[in-house]
Amino acid sequence: MRSPNDLELVAVTKRYGDAVAVDNVSHLFAAGTYICLLGPSGCGKSSTLRMIAGHESVTDGAIILDGRDISKLPPAQRGTAMMFQSYALFPHMSVRDNVSFSLKLKGEDKASRHRKANEMLELVGMGHLADRLPDQLSGGQQQRAALARALITKPQVLLLDEPLSALDPFLRVKVREELKKIQRELGISFIHVTHGQDEALALADEIVLMNNAVIEQSGSARDVFNAPRSEFVARFLGGHNVVSLEGKRYALRSDRTRLVTPGDEGLDVSVTSHEFLGTHVAVNVIGPGDVELTAMVPEEQFYAAPVEPGDSVRIGWTAQDLHLLAG
Amino acid sequence: MTKFLRLPDVRSWLLAMPVTLVLSFFLLLPLLMIVVVSFWGATEYSIYPAFQFDNYQFLFGSSVTYQVFLKTFMYTGITWATTLAIGFTIAYFLAFHVRSQTWQTAFFLLCTIPFWTSNIIRMISWIPFLGRHGLANETLIKLGLIKEPLEWLLYSDFAVILAFVHLYTLFMVVPIFNTMLRIDKSLIEAAHDAGASGLQILTNIIIPLTKPGIMIGSIFVVALVMGDFITVRFMSGSQAANVGRLISNDIGLLAYPSAAATSVVLLVTVILTISIMLRFVDIRKEL
Repeated sequence: MRSPNDLELVAVTKRYGDAVAVDNVSHLFAAGTYICLLGPSGCGKSSTLRMIAGHESVTDGAIILDGRDISKLPPAQRGTAMMFQSYALFPHMSVRDNVSFSLKLKGEDKASRHRKANEMLELVGMGHLADRLPDQLSGGQQQRAALARALITKPQVLLLDEPLSALDPFLRVKVREELKKIQRELGISFIHVTHGQDEALALADEIVLMNNAVIEQSGSARDVFNAPRSEFVARFLGGHNVVSLEGKRYALRSDRTRLVTPGDEGLDVSVTSHEFLGTHVAVNVIGPGDVELTAMVPEEQFYAAPVEPGDSVRIGWTAQDLHLLAG
Repeated sequence: MTKFLRLPDVRSWLLAMPVTLVLSFFLLLPLLMIVVVSFWGATEYSIYPAFQFDNYQFLFGSSVTYQVFLKTFMYTGITWATTLAIGFTIAYFLAFHVRSQTWQTAFFLLCTIPFWTSNIIRMISWIPFLGRHGLANETLIKLGLIKEPLEWLLYSDFAVILAFVHLYTLFMVVPIFNTMLRIDKSLIEAAHDAGASGLQILTNIIIPLTKPGIMIGSIFVVALVMGDFITVRFMSGSQAANVGRLISNDIGLLAYPSAAATSVVLLVTVILTISIMLRFVDIRKEL
């Protein structure tokens, strides 16, 4: 199901001197999907994004969009647009001028570029603030202005560099819904770099998880979460325990980890702490070989038979919830 | 007493007191004296307190005054344009082309080296270079580019402006460089992303955002050049005059009231020039 609008990385490598930031990465980003490039800091996700955008040269390999290698083209000719982490709005221009800047460079006359900018600002719900300067806007409004500025070039792929990191947690959730909604309306690809797994799980049609300059695992958010390929993936996504049984390592979702009665299959552990999280209580335990595990116990179940730090308990699971890890 | 000191108003006043006293005694009072003396009268051998407009009448009645003011504006204008062009280029190079901070600092210090010697020495050192048989002329003759020594190199308007540019370019570099350093590099990338060429980035992003620095540098240069007299005297070989030299000559002749009147006119001119410049750019963000 390949379409010409797919973005493909072919053996893309980025080296800074001796350090390898992105190592021989190949991946096909399907057109019209919301992709999250996820990973810890320094994993190469930002370098990958910046190479796609054209703000970083490609040491080796090719980037294919629309059937052509765009890796040597200047940013504006690639069919991509970038939304910067700090938004990078021009502080001396009104929101409208910011949004219409690229049209001005193309030589469009004022009336037509302002009309298009106004339409784009309406799309992101900023029509009424078009005359403001960036520093007269709140963080969320700046974010939307930056989005409008990136979208006005009609990109096939929008690149977002940690777009939510400058917002407070409440706004973050709200804005990510809007991002998803706009992506769906426009039907173009969004490639969104983040180090927040919750953000990636909430937004992504496809998660591409990077570590140590390579792609560790990619797939739909649900697939990656339910079938982490390695211990790194399981731990980075969170919500998983890694248990060793008979020399093999397994991922086990912490909400499928239960407190059971002695005699059932499982491990004898001792409780180190518990946290009330609303719907669930996280019971942190320490098991044989100092393995730290967490069991997410539904709140009413926990308080029906509470345990305290220091108590010896047994945790168990259903065999089908154990997921074998590579390596 | 302690209660009295705790009143917020009193504390603010006390904190502002030292600078108020210093400025009153060493700036406002002398300025006031100059204004007062500018209305005094003078004979060949004495000056006497009075309130008369003779000094101003003489000043505005003489064509020399207008010529000298015109010359001062010419020196200021050419020096301003040249230091701006050179200063902007240097600052741009330092801020956007020198990548490592270590080299930025090193190059910047390099720019300040001439300032480790006095103004006068830097000025005088041009004389053996530009003179009739100076380095410049000798080199040009040896290269066969000219046959006769160039007369206009020294003791000319060219020499005056050259010295001004040499002396004051750094006053342009520093504030512009400082403003440029504060420009977020991602703005340049964002402009690039929108399809701007290097020149378009310069005219659409960098120059507008550097305006406050340009303005502060311009104020320095304009104030320094308009008030100068020693550079003009040395570099023109006493053949050219600006307002500063007019004042200095009057003082040499002990014609203090006349010097004071010229000073007042110069002060008003400089204040007017700078306030016109400030109409164009808001520099408050930089302060």
